[in-house]
Amino acid sequence: MSGFAHHLPDIWAAIIAFAIMTYVVLDGFDLGIGILFPFLGSDENRTRAMNSVAPVWDGNETWLVMGGGGLLAVFPLAYGVILNALYVPIIIMLLALAFRGVAFEFRGKTRRWKPLWDKAFFGGSLVATLAQGAVLGGLLRGPEVTGRAFTGGPLDWVSFFSLGTALALVAGYVMLGAAWLVIKTSHDLYDLARRIGQGALVATLGFIGLASLATPFLHPEYFQRWFAWPGIILSGVVPLLLLAAGYGYWKGIRTDRGVVAYLSGIAIFVLCFAGLGLSIFPYIVPMSITIREAATPPISQGFILVGAVIFLPIILGYTAYAYYVFRGKTSEHEHHY
Amino acid sequence: MSIFDIPTLDLARAQFAFVVSAHIVFPAFSIGTASFLMVLEALRMITGKEVFLRIFEFWKHIFAVVFGMGVVSGVVMSYEFGLNFAHFSDKAGPVIGPLMGYEVMTAFFLEAGFLGIMLFGRNRVNKWIYMFAVAMVAFGTLLSAFWILSVNSWMQTPAGFAMNDVGQFIPKDWWEIIFNPSLPYRFVHMVLAAYLTTALVVAGVGAWHHIKGTADDAVRVMFRMAVAMILVTAPIQILAGDQHGLNTLEHQPAKIAAMEGHWETSKGAGLILFGIPNDKTESTDYKIEIPYASSLILTHSLDGEVPGLGDFPKDERPPMTIVFFTFRIMVGLGFAFAAIGLWGGWLMWRKRLHEPGLYHKVALVFAPGGFLAIIMGWFTTEFGRQPYTVYGHFTTAESVSNLSHTAAWAGLIGFVLVYAFLFGSGIFYLGRLMKRGPEGAEPVENTPQRAAGVAGAMLAKDVTTDKEEAHA
Repeated sequence: MSGFAHHLPDIWAAIIAFAIMTYVVLDGFDLGIGILFPFLGSDENRTRAMNSVAPVWDGNETWLVMGGGGLLAVFPLAYGVILNALYVPIIIMLLALAFRGVAFEFRGKTRRWKPLWDKAFFGGSLVATLAQGAVLGGLLRGPEVTGRAFTGGPLDWVSFFSLGTALALVAGYVMLGAAWLVIKTSHDLYDLARRIGQGALVATLGFIGLASLATPFLHPEYFQRWFAWPGIILSGVVPLLLLAAGYGYWKGIRTDRGVVAYLSGIAIFVLCFAGLGLSIFPYIVPMSITIREAATPPISQGFILVGAVIFLPIILGYTAYAYYVFRGKTSEHEHHY
Repeated sequence: MSIFDIPTLDLARAQFAFVVSAHIVFPAFSIGTASFLMVLEALRMITGKEVFLRIFEFWKHIFAVVFGMGVVSGVVMSYEFGLNFAHFSDKAGPVIGPLMGYEVMTAFFLEAGFLGIMLFGRNRVNKWIYMFAVAMVAFGTLLSAFWILSVNSWMQTPAGFAMNDVGQFIPKDWWEIIFNPSLPYRFVHMVLAAYLTTALVVAGVGAWHHIKGTADDAVRVMFRMAVAMILVTAPIQILAGDQHGLNTLEHQPAKIAAMEGHWETSKGAGLILFGIPNDKTESTDYKIEIPYASSLILTHSLDGEVPGLGDFPKDERPPMTIVFFTFRIMVGLGFAFAAIGLWGGWLMWRKRLHEPGLYHKVALVFAPGGFLAIIMGWFTTEFGRQPYTVYGHFTTAESVSNLSHTAAWAGLIGFVLVYAFLFGSGIFYLGRLMKRGPEGAEPVENTPQRAAGVAGAMLAKDVTTDKEEAHA
């Protein structure tokens, strides 16, 4: 039992990572569609695109609550320090998510103000994505921590590196959104999504390359991990796997297999995420607080692990069912509020 | 002191108070409406009456808008603890974090997972699965209320914990933590509040259509259901509130002193109906009181001892004025709701509920009353537990994040402006949906093609929308 208790923080780090990853690939595609909103050609296309995500976006966003709530539940020290350090971009993200979330409901309620809610959906999606990327960049640079508290300033996260991660995330979400539209739509919107998807793939891989080159120089520890043995092997393998996933996306989107494209897009995100994990493990707040230091005692982590073991499979089950119920191409008229 | 001298601590508190107050309105309405929709769908399945489907479709559209606003303001809440109260998160996280984790895993996913089917899936699944989805959404709202109220109650009446060497609250007994002394009272009081609030809104919308002469059979049925619900829940709520008060007397006597307006501990204390608490002289001025009644209510004996705020050290006192007044507004509204229920019950018995009269106007005026009562009640309990976040153990001042004054101001202003615009718009659209009435929500099953049917109903609404906008 003590052996098991010893591994609880690692198990929970894996579960939180899974929740954040799931959030990124699920809300990623519906945020990507929001970012594409002004470029979809016609109002009918915008309606189709929004309707294709309307039944599932709420569930997608719940993974963000799981990521935040989960962090509070099992790594409260990290939760407090990270949110305190990234106060500004996180509030910007939350407000932007509010704009795009209500747009789902409000857009169909008015003709006069429809263009306004279209802009809210686009702007909210774009700003939320940029903010999420900036949070990632700010976290990787490592917030200033003294004892158990953040002691830096409110704008410490601002940097060219954060700008890069923000733009990279925009490209990545657009890539996922385009694949989703290829799966869910037809005719001109489908053709448009295919073209956009190809461009987004190239941009995503480009940004990943730049970010990967910059990351090792953020902190000597990162450099050590990627350029010293045995990390150097991964430094060679991960780019190859990324290219393979990129080829899968390219092929999928050009041969009318949207699901292949979307799954390849997920693979690109998973690879990047694994790379991030390798960079910062065993830290949860880079280079100041480790997973174990932030972990709550076994009586806390064990109690909620019981729930996670029971409920996460059930959640995945009914989430899959909800996607199944709304499978296939979405028509313009469906799912109107 | 100019407003720019407000301490960062108070800015953090103001932000948290603002976003949580704005948020609670939506889930309170969602809890009630989700249960209402479940009852309507069940009634339709049992009786086969089409009128229940029309009421269902009408409130479903309203529910969707409210739920959407609840989601976006709720996502904010899951981050607010860390944003403004990082030290509280670190210290209390081992106890409250897992409870919130259970809320996410058992409630939020359940609601979100079945909401899509409930809103858009009636023609894609069979009627039993649809009923199941509606029930799961309703069940999810109640579970969510249970967990978050368990968290709040633990902060008010902490139990089942120990402290570790870095000053964290460490769980000892989860049963004692979850079912802490104030949870049962708070949970019952809040769920009843949600049901009562929803019933008042439904009654208000029904009343509006009676006044305007647009009360079809669907409006009449939902109006009767709402009035009956107020008649039943309002008196129970008064009893539940009384019991909750006794629990507070036992665990948070300073809060009771502030609510009652008592400065001195005394036996045979009078019930102050109105007065103005004076912090300087430590007395309540201009008071109108009923002799012995405070002791009678709180101790069930005429000469029972009730606490006075003056007997608590100054740095352990909640601010009396705000607690005193918010409590009175809540209680006053509660009795008004009970009166509305009784009056409506009388009219129903005399078969005059649908006849034009003052009752419809009163019901319309009190339509948003439940929301006001809920916010006043939460103000009472939250200001009343100051200066603590974890009552008696950890203060609000110790809880706050390391924030720059400018960032804290920017955050507060950002939330106020964005929420005012977004939720203001949402409430405007809700008003328009409510004015349109159930006749706008066309029954889905009477139309041959599923997609075209929904679209047809939608087009019909769009026409109305344009007309309304032309008038505006």
